[in-house]
Formats: sequence, structure tokens, C-alpha cells
Amino acid sequence: MNESAGGVDLQEETSGTVKKFMFVNRKAPYGTVYALEGLEVVLISAAFDQDVSMVFIDDGVYELVKGQNTKAIGMKNFSPTYRALEGYDIEKLYVDEESLAARGLTTEKLLVPVEVLNTAQMAELMDQQDVVISF
Amino acid sequence: MLHIVNKSPFERNALESCLRFGRDGSAVLLIEDGVYAATRGNAVELKIREAMGRLKVYALQPDLEARGMQDAVIDGVNLVDYGGFVDLVAEHKAAQSWL
Repeated sequence: MNESAGGVDLQEETSGTVKKFMFVNRKAPYGTVYALEGLEVVLISAAFDQDVSMVFIDDGVYELVKGQNTKAIGMKNFSPTYRALEGYDIEKLYVDEESLAARGLTTEKLLVPVEVLNTAQMAELMDQQDVVISF
Repeated sequence: MLHIVNKSPFERNALESCLRFGRDGSAVLLIEDGVYAATRGNAVELKIREAMGRLKVYALQPDLEARGMQDAVIDGVNLVDYGGFVDLVAEHKAAQSWL
């Protein structure tokens, strides 16, 4: 009985409504706590099997810069966590083309593979979401 | 006067105001998210380069390293550590933080 009840529960969980969640990151790391908090919320959201995308706009693109070393400022370097997102099935990472260019950055300088979108493409993606959460 | 800027030049206008009011010969120290203004190849580089003609510009090395920007520093920006930060504050009659 228990076994079959467990099976039914699992069935219900996996067939539940999947919503499109977008997490918008617009802040540089370390200067404020937004970037780290945003990342933690994304990791929590991974437990709920939703359709999650992360986008990086404005100073948010700085979160993904390679070679961060926080030893001398005494804060946790959370940048390796972006590499672990794939393991949580969070594979949709989008970066705003204009924000990258304004900061002299290219995708080669970022620590994870991302998809670069122009303004119109980003706007369209935002439009498709059920829930948008900003950090 | 020592001017201290800790906000990203892309997010706030603190640096812009600081450069507007900073008098010739004064010093500007970029810390925390302000260090992005000390880096090359971006939309505010020209502003800092112009300011370097009349102001001394410093940036806090630990904050550059934390952000992975230590290899992108504009030539002529003076890098300081925490000890250097203290020296700058001590050397100047007053320090103004542009929050």
C-alpha cells in the first residue's frame, strides 16, 4: 500500500504545472548582497522542477567575470557556483549584449557558457515568462 | 581632499559628481564596486582618463582582485592595498565619501 501510494505521489509531483521563472541579475558581486542572494534563490528554485532562466543585465554581467579572487577582502568567492548550476538543471543563462559591450567584456571573459541576446530578443524572452524575479 | 567612490559608474552617478566637484590636484580613490571605473575598454574609460590629467586616481587592489578585474586596470591608475588606503586618508586634510 505504502509503495503504491508513494508511486502516486511521485506521479502527481512530476506532472504538476511547470511555470517559466526568470531571475534577473542587475548588480555587481560583493559591493552589495544582491548577487549572492539572487544566486541562492535560483538554487532553491531548482528543487521545484520549474523552467528556470537566469539573465544578466547591466552590472549583473560582472557576476560572471572569470578569475575572481576574494581572499584579500575576506568575503566568500561565490563565482564557482555559477559553474555548478548545470548540475541543478539550470542551463538557460542569458546575457545582454549591450551590457557586455558597455563594460568591454566578451563571452571569453566569462566563467560559464551563456547565450548572448540583443535587446529585442531579451524583451521577447521576458514576455514569455510566468514569473520574473529581480535582484 | 581625498574623494572616495564605492559605487559602480554604470549604476550610479557618484563618480560623475565626484569628478565634477573634485578640484585640480585632489585625489580620487576607487573602492568596492567603484573599482570598475578603473578598468579599460568600457564606456566610462574616457572620463577617468580625462580626469587623470588633473586628479590623482587610485584603486584598491583587493577589490579589483575580488571582481576578477586586476588585469584590466587603466595605465596610470595607482593601485593601493589597505595600508595604502590608510596612508591616503592620513595624507589628506579631509576625505569625502560619495555614497
